[in-house]
Amino acid sequence: MTVQRSRKARTIGAALLAVGTMAAALTACSSGSASSSASTSSASGGGTYTFWDPYPQYTASSAWAQLVSKCGTEAGVTVKRTPYDTTALTTQALLAGQQGNSPNILLIDNPVVSTLASAGLLTSTAQNGLSTGAIASNILGAGVINGKTYGVPIGANTLALYYNPKILAAAKVNPASITSWAALTAALAKVKAIGKKGITFSGINTEEGSFQFLPWFWGAGANLTNVDSPQAIAALTLWTTWIKDGYAPNSVIQDTQTTSWQEFQTGQFAFGENGTWQKTLAATMGAKVIAIPAENGGAAPVPTGGEFFTIPVQKNTASYAASAKIVSCMSSGSNIVSTDNTLNYIVPTQAGQQAQVSADSSLSSWVSAVGVAKARTGDNLGTKYPIISQQLWTAVQKAESGAASPASALAAAQSAATAAINK
Amino acid sequence: MTAERFKARSAVRHGDGAAQSAPSRARRARARRKAQLTAWGFIAPVIAYLGIFYAYPLYRNIDLSLRSYTLSSFITGDAPFAGLSNYINVFHNPTFAPALVNTAIFTFVSIAFQFAIGLALAVFFFKTFRLSGILRALFLVPWLLPLLVSASTWSWMLNSDSGIVNSFLQAVGMQPIDWLTSPKWALVAVLIANIWIGIPFNLVIMYSGLQSISPDIFEAAAIDGANGWQRFWRITFPLLRPVSAITLLLGLVYTLKVFDIIWIMTRGGPATASTTLAIWSYQLGFGSLLPDFSSAATVGNVLILIAVVFALVYIRARSRLETT
Repeated sequence: MTVQRSRKARTIGAALLAVGTMAAALTACSSGSASSSASTSSASGGGTYTFWDPYPQYTASSAWAQLVSKCGTEAGVTVKRTPYDTTALTTQALLAGQQGNSPNILLIDNPVVSTLASAGLLTSTAQNGLSTGAIASNILGAGVINGKTYGVPIGANTLALYYNPKILAAAKVNPASITSWAALTAALAKVKAIGKKGITFSGINTEEGSFQFLPWFWGAGANLTNVDSPQAIAALTLWTTWIKDGYAPNSVIQDTQTTSWQEFQTGQFAFGENGTWQKTLAATMGAKVIAIPAENGGAAPVPTGGEFFTIPVQKNTASYAASAKIVSCMSSGSNIVSTDNTLNYIVPTQAGQQAQVSADSSLSSWVSAVGVAKARTGDNLGTKYPIISQQLWTAVQKAESGAASPASALAAAQSAATAAINK
Repeated sequence: MTAERFKARSAVRHGDGAAQSAPSRARRARARRKAQLTAWGFIAPVIAYLGIFYAYPLYRNIDLSLRSYTLSSFITGDAPFAGLSNYINVFHNPTFAPALVNTAIFTFVSIAFQFAIGLALAVFFFKTFRLSGILRALFLVPWLLPLLVSASTWSWMLNSDSGIVNSFLQAVGMQPIDWLTSPKWALVAVLIANIWIGIPFNLVIMYSGLQSISPDIFEAAAIDGANGWQRFWRITFPLLRPVSAITLLLGLVYTLKVFDIIWIMTRGGPATASTTLAIWSYQLGFGSLLPDFSSAATVGNVLILIAVVFALVYIRARSRLETT
């Protein structure tokens, strides 16, 4: 009996061990609700208002945190600010919504707004009384779903082409001449001929990869509802040819925007596709910036980046008024200009942009880039965007690594996206 | 187990009853109840712990996989019951086959190399020599480093353009390899890193297993004229079988769910070249802006099932080992 019993005990022990280890490891990935959020309880009406933002780099003593509490005081309440990492914030916001304790004010990455709004977690401006008056409509676009606006942008950033003037001078390339893909590819050939490296960008299989590919995708005239169009194939072929011809390093397949920027900072690269947020670092290394060219000339439409102030649904609807007051304090007048200067954002209103450019004329190229930028979730794509984007970055990866041709990779992406949307 | 214990207990009770008077039996029963209550009191924390941290998450995971959760139904919690349709969708997904094959290759190749190298090193270090202690300690370094650190370091070393491995290959006149960015090499690259990380675990367990073998046996074998090779295959290896079995099972469970190394080094890419089931589950649940919790949980449960199957295989093997 003892032998049998101990064997059975071991049987159960081993099975429990296997199941337990796997379950513990996997539920963190899939269940979510079990790992409870460290959310603060949302107070409503008077007292304390909760505010979540994705800026953990700003501590309680920073100008940003002080502005937050000052705006709270002006609205007659105390604001408790909790910063999260950008990706963690999306999960936190979803979990808090599920538990019914969303923060009073949520500052969230713009493509997530449509996701949260479609889940019924956000109030529209009609409900919360926020004013969107002077905000440029292309920047506001990410917050508009079916005619309703679910938040106001804190600022906008976008992508452009940084270049290293020393390398271009040595290769005898005039940066002003780079207004089309053909001109850019010719410039890359000249740069390679003098032994320098051409261009670096982020072609990784995450949202960053789609974000970086969109200027070329839109610049060819392609549309996200039809990712296997000839225009889309042309854009992907441009990238893959650069990699094949050695104009872009093979590591772009792996590069995030940060590592791609580090490559550009080595001083070996002529061009680097990167965002507004690098402009201070670019200035210190003497890099300049031009617009990303469209296929046949002119500036390509670029995707907008940046966060939106949103007011999540609360049980106590009376709290919306004070929340709206706090948001408009943070997002208007001189407050937003100084905030956006610290965050390296472009102000979403024309008056604010003028104030920024008059203080720093080097911002004018960024202001015009933001002027032609498009929201990723715009064109009424909303929650279809994340699905399409995932297929798009997968196709980009396949083509870059040579696992499939641009045409077949994009055709597979289109059919997978259609299937997922219709599910 | 419980059935046998119950039989034993009732046998004792019958024995008592025949020999003793009624009041003393009642007293005994009270005492037994009290003892039982105390026992339950001791067990309760464990049961609560198992329930909260193992059973409930597992139940939630199964529940997620059997319902069709969208974002709004995740918030409201009224997702419709979908039966096995999530499983059918996952099995028909074009990512499933490559993910399953990659998981199999990743797991078996990892374990084979980790075990072989770990065992070889254990046998090597079993012969104590000068500095062997320090050398053995050095082999444990991969184990002590946070996975984030080792995986990031590997990904720098294997970088196509500026990695030290490619610089070395070029220095000795070979073609550089796109370790992390070519569909042919990505899985190999993460395998190399994972094998390196897993060797210390195997080394430590096999080393302690070796220490439990009596030196007399080796001595006797040496007197009988067995050479080193024969001593290893005829004595060390068979006597290490129980330790080996548990090492392999633990290695299997650890390796099936490896996530961090692959995610940091390749993010499962390029395309699906290094996507395992664990990576795919994460990609579905958290990789995009629009989480698909149901499919992620489904893939997670498939992984759990695979682990359970191997645990059962292990148990069968153990019981056969014991009966012979």
